[in-house]
Amino acid sequence: MHELSIAMSIVELAQEESDRRGGVQIKAVHLRLGLLSGVVKEALLSSYEIACEHTPLQGSQLQVEEVPVLVFCRKCGAQRPVHSTQAFCCSFCGTPTAEVVQGKEVLVVGLEVEE
Amino acid sequence: MNSKTRIIEVRENVFKQNDIVARALRERFREAGVFVVSLVSSPGAGKTALLEKTLTLLRQQFRVAALVGDLATENDALRLARSQAPVKQIITGTVCHLEAAMVERSLEAWKVEELDFLFIENVGNLVCPSSYDLGEDLRLVLLSVTEGEDKPLKYPTIFNSADVAVITKADLAEAVEFDALTANRNIQAVRPGMKVVTLSTKSGEGTQQFLDFLVSRRTLAREMSPSQPAGASAASD
Repeated sequence: MHELSIAMSIVELAQEESDRRGGVQIKAVHLRLGLLSGVVKEALLSSYEIACEHTPLQGSQLQVEEVPVLVFCRKCGAQRPVHSTQAFCCSFCGTPTAEVVQGKEVLVVGLEVEE
Repeated sequence: MNSKTRIIEVRENVFKQNDIVARALRERFREAGVFVVSLVSSPGAGKTALLEKTLTLLRQQFRVAALVGDLATENDALRLARSQAPVKQIITGTVCHLEAAMVERSLEAWKVEELDFLFIENVGNLVCPSSYDLGEDLRLVLLSVTEGEDKPLKYPTIFNSADVAVITKADLAEAVEFDALTANRNIQAVRPGMKVVTLSTKSGEGTQQFLDFLVSRRTLAREMSPSQPAGASAASD
């Protein structure tokens, strides 16, 4: 369970960004969460609330967009979804591939702020 | 309240701090010419036993050292100290994994350029360590025959983050009816092309091949990325 420290990093990043913009009030943080990031969405959401306590982000929301795993399939010559995280093969042609191009990220991509 | 909101677009990696430290460590290791191997597994898969054997045997030819992470106790460091190699325990308290900054702090008093191999034993955990780059050259994930062949399918993320799978306690394989073919198929399903090494530190089976593999990977890494700055003598040490 390492989601609390990750939630604290998210709060810290959002706070820094807010400070850089003159202390805007953050209503929500938008996060892209890869399905191969090793971070569990539910645990992250409950940790986020705790991490926000006694900070200017208290009461803000964490909006998580889960990002599917994409691999580069050499046979197709294209980025393809995997069959599942239990079967790393191209979901189009079935070729096994370990070249992950998406799905490991934990990225803050947007801050919803008051006008 | 009906206040209007707007969205500010940003792009910030949440693991930025760890990744920055890990990148700096990797560069420092490369310059120092030390090959860094980390070990991850569930608790009890045999990381410390493998490391003790590895340190003892590699020490005869190479300068080796180890960092070992645990939530509590110095037991593993004491065990590894029997190999006579320099060993340092990292006690993480409540933290379930090692982070790059912990490795950096632990190395403060060490001269890494005086080492050929540095081993980093992570906290026994198949979930959390997968998210944290430690600056290592090679990540080993251990799977003991007593754990069952489906561990890779249950923990695909950690297997995907590792470079090599090491099947340990091979001397018990028959007793627990370990199905090596199924285990290998499951490893290949979550990480196609992954190298698999099978060994037993007790019987010695596969141990020498494992050590030879580490040495060859170190040689390869040094050829690909020599530590001497550009323009220095091409002669290797």
